Amino acid sequence: MDSALASDHGAYGAHPDGGVYLRRTVRTAAKILVVGHFAVGKTTFVGSLSEIRPLRTEETMTQAGALVDDLAGIEGKTTTTVAMDFGRLTLSDSLVLYLFGAPGQQRFTRLWQDMTQGALGALVLADTRRLEQSFEVMGLLEEHGLPYAVAVNHFDGAPTHPEEEIREALDLLPETPLVTCDARDRISSTRALISLVEYLQTRTAVQEHV
Amino acid sequence: MRPYVVTDGRSHPTRNTFDLVTLVMAHDDRPLGGLSPEKRALMELCLGGALSVAEIAGHLMLPVSVTKVLLGDLVDSGHLSTRAPIPSAQLPEAQILQEVLDGLRARL
Repeated sequence: MDSALASDHGAYGAHPDGGVYLRRTVRTAAKILVVGHFAVGKTTFVGSLSEIRPLRTEETMTQAGALVDDLAGIEGKTTTTVAMDFGRLTLSDSLVLYLFGAPGQQRFTRLWQDMTQGALGALVLADTRRLEQSFEVMGLLEEHGLPYAVAVNHFDGAPTHPEEEIREALDLLPETPLVTCDARDRISSTRALISLVEYLQTRTAVQEHV
Repeated sequence: MRPYVVTDGRSHPTRNTFDLVTLVMAHDDRPLGGLSPEKRALMELCLGGALSVAEIAGHLMLPVSVTKVLLGDLVDSGHLSTRAPIPSAQLPEAQILQEVLDGLRARL
């Protein structure tokens, strides 16, 4: 994916899709994570929904997974770069939603603290051919206390299974939403996000009545 | 360029108030002379309008950690101000969720 976006639109204002900048009236920014294993479709999903061309940020980390925060001491240590792709949806005059597509590996734990802070919830993308690879990211979400829904991304030629089998294979709680989506399709991806937010709403309602 | 060159070797911002979706606004009445090339580029980007911390990092192709250090300095010098992502005192999460849901449904 092309991350050299800054040079593509000169003074940042002339993006063909419309404004690079937020509306002046925006007051609140919400954040939802789109997570899953390698090549499960996170970037595609974010790209389908984003009103701006998806952007990429990178963090430098040691191979051991620590965020490199003592920059003077990293000479000679092996470092690796972790990329996050993200996009933006302006949902009303005052509210903007950011979607962060994030890698689901345990070793990026500092990055996860940054990402989960203030996030409303997460959508876990899964692939029926590699369901077992979703366990690590689901474990991370549970560790960070972030509620999630699971969306099986439809890949051409991938086997389809009854919902019950997928639930069992992923060991989902009965209340965890499980939906299917096509990450390439804007409407389908929007519906998957709606399922997540409806679930978050029921959780909030329950908590308020305890 | 190594990140620490951009930040004079510092890895932490002067303030710990930046989330990935903290919104950043530039003040157009501050002089840009004397700013490092990276800070000047950041100001030129932000003078166009409000953006989140993550977007600024993405446009400038800088790591988020480095971007936060630069932003901290520019807030300190009065070039920028920030808006907390969710003003939680005024907006309970239930209201945010309802607004997100309404906004998503309107896109179908």
